[in-house]
Amino acid sequence: MIGGLFIYNHKGEVLISRVYRDDIGRNAVDAFRVNVIHARQQVRSPVTNIARTSFFHVKRSNIWLAAVTKQNVNAAMVFEFLYKMCDVMTAYFGKISEENIKNNFVLIYELLDEILDFGYPQNSETGALKTFITQQGIKSQHHTKEEQSQITSQVTGQIGWRREGIKYRRNELFLDVLESVNLLMSPQGQVLSAHVSGRVVMKSYLSGMPECKFGMNDKIVIDKQGKGGTTDDSGKSELGGSGKQSIAIDDCTFHQCVRLSKFDSERSISFIPPDGEYELMRYRTTKDIILPFRVIPLVREVGRTKLEVKVVIKSNFKPSLLAQKIEVRIPTPLNTSGVQVICMKGKAKYKASENAIVWKIKRMAGMKESQISAEIELLPTNDKKKWARPPISMNFEVPFAPSGLKVRYLKVFEPKLNYSDHDVIKWVRYIGRSGIYETRC
Amino acid sequence: MTDSKYFTTTKKGEIFELKAELNSDKKEKKKEAVKKVIASMTVGKDVSALFPDVVNCMQTDNLELKKLVYLYLMNYAKSQPDMAIMAVNTFVKDCEDLNPLIRALAVRTMGCIRVDKITEYLCEPLRKCLKDEDPYVRKTAAVCVAKLHDINAQLVEDQGFLDTLKDLISDSNPMVVANAVAALSEIAESHPNSNLLDLNPQTINKLLTALNECTEWGQIFILDCLASYLPRDDRESQSICERVTPRLSHANSAVVLSAVKVLMKFMEMLPKDLDYYGTLLKKLAPPLVTLLSAEPELQYVALRNINLIVQKRPEILKHEMKVFFVKYNDPIYVKLEKLDIMIRLASQANIAQVLAELKEYATEVDVDFVRKAVRAIGRCAIKVEQSAERCVSTLLDLIQTKVNYVVQEAIVVIKDIFRKYPNKYESVIATLCENLDSLDEPEARAAMIWIVGEYAERIDNADELLESFLEGFHDESTQVQLQLLTAIVKLFLKKPTETQELVQQVLSLATQDSDNPDLRDRGYIYWRLLSTDPVAAKEVVLAEKPLISEETDLIEPTLLEELICHIGTLASVYHKPPSAFVEGSRGVQHKRLPPRAGSGESTESPDVGQSGPSEAPPAVIPSQGDLLGDLLNLDLAPPTATVPSVQPSMQMGAMDLLGGGLDSLVCSSPMGAGLGAAPAAMPASLGGAPAVGGGLGDLFDLGGGVGMPTGSYVAPKTVWLLAMKAKGLEISGTFARRGGIIQMDLSLTNKAMSVMTDFAIQFNRNSFGLAPAGPLQVLTPLSPNQTIDVSLPLSTSGPVMKMEPLNNLQVAVKNNIDVFYFSCQYPLSLLFVEDGKMDRQVFLATWKDIPNDNEAQFQIKDIHLNSDVASNKLQGSNIFTIAKRTVEGQDMLYQSVKLTNGIWVLAEMRIQTGNPNYTCTEPRIVYANLLHSQ
Repeated sequence: MIGGLFIYNHKGEVLISRVYRDDIGRNAVDAFRVNVIHARQQVRSPVTNIARTSFFHVKRSNIWLAAVTKQNVNAAMVFEFLYKMCDVMTAYFGKISEENIKNNFVLIYELLDEILDFGYPQNSETGALKTFITQQGIKSQHHTKEEQSQITSQVTGQIGWRREGIKYRRNELFLDVLESVNLLMSPQGQVLSAHVSGRVVMKSYLSGMPECKFGMNDKIVIDKQGKGGTTDDSGKSELGGSGKQSIAIDDCTFHQCVRLSKFDSERSISFIPPDGEYELMRYRTTKDIILPFRVIPLVREVGRTKLEVKVVIKSNFKPSLLAQKIEVRIPTPLNTSGVQVICMKGKAKYKASENAIVWKIKRMAGMKESQISAEIELLPTNDKKKWARPPISMNFEVPFAPSGLKVRYLKVFEPKLNYSDHDVIKWVRYIGRSGIYETRC
Repeated sequence: MTDSKYFTTTKKGEIFELKAELNSDKKEKKKEAVKKVIASMTVGKDVSALFPDVVNCMQTDNLELKKLVYLYLMNYAKSQPDMAIMAVNTFVKDCEDLNPLIRALAVRTMGCIRVDKITEYLCEPLRKCLKDEDPYVRKTAAVCVAKLHDINAQLVEDQGFLDTLKDLISDSNPMVVANAVAALSEIAESHPNSNLLDLNPQTINKLLTALNECTEWGQIFILDCLASYLPRDDRESQSICERVTPRLSHANSAVVLSAVKVLMKFMEMLPKDLDYYGTLLKKLAPPLVTLLSAEPELQYVALRNINLIVQKRPEILKHEMKVFFVKYNDPIYVKLEKLDIMIRLASQANIAQVLAELKEYATEVDVDFVRKAVRAIGRCAIKVEQSAERCVSTLLDLIQTKVNYVVQEAIVVIKDIFRKYPNKYESVIATLCENLDSLDEPEARAAMIWIVGEYAERIDNADELLESFLEGFHDESTQVQLQLLTAIVKLFLKKPTETQELVQQVLSLATQDSDNPDLRDRGYIYWRLLSTDPVAAKEVVLAEKPLISEETDLIEPTLLEELICHIGTLASVYHKPPSAFVEGSRGVQHKRLPPRAGSGESTESPDVGQSGPSEAPPAVIPSQGDLLGDLLNLDLAPPTATVPSVQPSMQMGAMDLLGGGLDSLVCSSPMGAGLGAAPAAMPASLGGAPAVGGGLGDLFDLGGGVGMPTGSYVAPKTVWLLAMKAKGLEISGTFARRGGIIQMDLSLTNKAMSVMTDFAIQFNRNSFGLAPAGPLQVLTPLSPNQTIDVSLPLSTSGPVMKMEPLNNLQVAVKNNIDVFYFSCQYPLSLLFVEDGKMDRQVFLATWKDIPNDNEAQFQIKDIHLNSDVASNKLQGSNIFTIAKRTVEGQDMLYQSVKLTNGIWVLAEMRIQTGNPNYTCTEPRIVYANLLHSQ
């Protein structure tokens, strides 16, 4: 298991050092600094073995978190734990920075003592942790016996992510369907790979221990229901309205509150949600993706010292919808000496430090197209190697889910308290963002 | 909140100031001081001098302060064991606290203090906490047992904590179960053979129930534990798989990977024609692909594992090529891994896409990545024949870019393409030759030289090209030198008239001016070949080359199986067995996949996988016990205990020979045999176990009745050479004496992926001059996974050298891959010749002449045989009874043995009859160095 956990600043100074196992000594702290943080070359692997000691590291801004072990540990678990550790710290004191870590080092030690015992990760749900790791030590003494056992049963219990006795005057929940659409397109406009990775993020402000059931236009569920009863297949158009009725989900993963065995057998998503914001599920689709933009590049080399670039973008969604924060990034060669840009819409600038022309458009409606053309002057070089031509990338945000996912329902039952599904105020929002959206040129 | 101030370094005298503050009356000041101490500790300053002062702050009702003091204690208790005792009282008191959080904190911290004296005090509180009413305390106590075990394993066993821990597996709280499982798994790792986890269908059921309810981490502990279970049959295997598959949808990647591990392992047991098998295969692909949308570090772990899975079961991901396409912004470690998997998945169906991608990658920035991409194009050409032409033209395009490392990499792979498709693409040689000057890496230079030599007849100026390399011959690396030597010899054989001078030059450079033995040897061989028989030289040097295999860099099957059992762990990231990077006994057990139900597919390899010392290669320590086991022990496992042999001198050595040899004939098992006054180390006495008696019965009673046709007893084959140590060649064997001829029976097994040929065997000089009487008869090439049995007749006319121990034999086996060495021991009875029956008169005369120094005595216990049977039995092994007499109810047997080198051995064996349970035979073994030259 994890033998020790160290946090360093960008200079390699130790901010936090907690050793769990006897086989890890202080020299391990230095070994990582010398061999990884101060290494001359770029880091080639997140796992490093130095003198039979393995170091796992992740970096958050300029802070290094390293887990150390001498055993054959579960590597995936160690990384998951490091991410979790970052989440917990963020939940307690915000951004992970040197200043924040130094200011909260006592808290961090306390957390590390709680969530990692002898190198074994323990309950690390912030909801539960916050009930008893409060940084107000004196107060925690005054818990009543009931309160204490309530804490421990929550920390160890089946529903470790939610405490009992939560009350809201107004029961309300927010669902955000956040998708990032990824594309790799050839210069000829052929889709090399495209997928949507989506998340359903829920903010729940519900009283008691509500039992929830979530439904979406999952093809498997819809098909099953279609076979089960309704004879009229076209009668389901009330669901989406946008033509596509159901979507094929390649794979999905759930927050630990979801009963996986139930999903496996009935494909129904039922759970008791944590309080506040959390990620209910993640999913991935590859079929019938709506690609909100198409990029058509045209690069022409005029002699050895000039490039002509023309890029057309086309929006491909309902004209009534508006895309926002559009940014097209056209890479330029390293030996660029000057750039002249003409664009029909938005603003375009050559950024020498980034070796790219950045073209920004605030808003763009569906079924429109826009164009930019640029002349790039090059310095003559005797570098034999041709310019690698990185792909043209795009950023944007659209108010729909490119995968076609639709929320069908989210039902809430709380048998003990007297509020029903109808009393809960529900909000649903769809946001599609660009992930890695690249067109080669 | 400005705690960061504690990190600022202060001046001298800091410790002194802190001391004062720690002893302050004000609570706040105390707390501040402790914080400062912890901050100093963190940055690596030694604050151990403050130990008593900090410990004094321990008795507080301020939980935060208490935790800080505990943190300090954990760090420094070891360096101040005596003062750490001061803390015990508080711990014990805290373990009784009303607040479960404090009870747990105390027991958690105590376990981290590695001081023997404290450990004693830990036992009682721990016992209570293991049965605490609060699950939070129990789950903490469960881990504490593992901590205690790490400090003092014996104590944990003596105190019965292991049983309590086992009981916790049935706890009502899932987290307690999970932690108990984690603790037990860890303890079990350091006791490889104990049945500590004791997994059976009932406990498995409990674990599967807890799996649904515990935290994500707990699920990982349980799944990892499940993976070590071996289901009884395919039905149980299927039902476990069914209950594990829902985990594939968990948000935590580690849960998913651990579930994949369980499924991959248990799938082995399912019959392939089962519907469920197909369903399971389909279910595995999507979660694996989803892992690729995780954070880059996890992607890396996932990719390393997918690499293994793809090699084991290519069908799972064969349609998912696209997800492994490299993204421009992927970290380099992700890019390299994706590329590796792309090549493995490349097939005729997707080759066009793959090639287009690879070509794209070859223009990227990172040198390593570009190189790998170029190499990948070559591998595609070799793997998918239809694409070879396109690959070659892509490579030519890349060569045109003139980027130095791209060109070099391309030439290296083109060489392999030539090997795979001879006489097809030679038209490109001209293009390659244009780039001769830009090659500066040995591998590329060697490849280019190979090409020039191989196709010398088609390259007009081949001699000039090679000559140009010759100028700086001494500055080249060995790889290039060797290749250049061979290439020029090839050239000479093809165009003898013009290149005589060149070949002279290279031969003299290689043989006279070089101090590299390999180069010199090769040079001399060529020289001699060319000068004695140029036709033969042509046949040797220009012989047709064997085809190269399609897949490269595949992991050896036995290792792959082991790594599959370690999915998700570091071993799967490093692609190395845990023993390669874990110190000590932990995790060194080899894990294996279960055998498939209903097919002997993987059962036929009783290979390296088994754990435990029983598979220790015979080269380790030869024990006398081994000998005896060889002769007598038919159904017992090979001996595990090794008895170090004492061999005082040459003379005594010979005696020892007898001690060991004869004793092994008469006694039964390595654990057995009483030791008389003999100087040689002898196996210890038999415990009188019935099983052991049975083993010995084989020699004495069965053999006496039935009689062994060929005489002596032949031990079962043992593994002499492990596949892991011999690039895939495993050798097991035994010795036999059949009709007066000594034979070495060998089983050669090929566990590598390529065919093995050209076997040969040789012995080192040994005590009795054993040597192969003929060549090793392996006529057909040994293909992968094939086993072949050979009997090698041995003569005793080889050179003699005394070995230690006497019966040690060092063997070298050669094949087309390499030469491997191992050593083994032969039973001395192998050397007992058939005409070993001494004339009675001579026996009598000789017996009297033997000096006392040459005498040794042994006692062999628990042999339920009468003297006649024993005598018959021994005769089978060429130990002849010359005379028998009965004195005071004891049978005395007088026996003689003759060794192949003419040494006679005389023995007296006394058998006490009458007491069935303790029949004691006491052979009086005498060594006589008579008739030496006979």
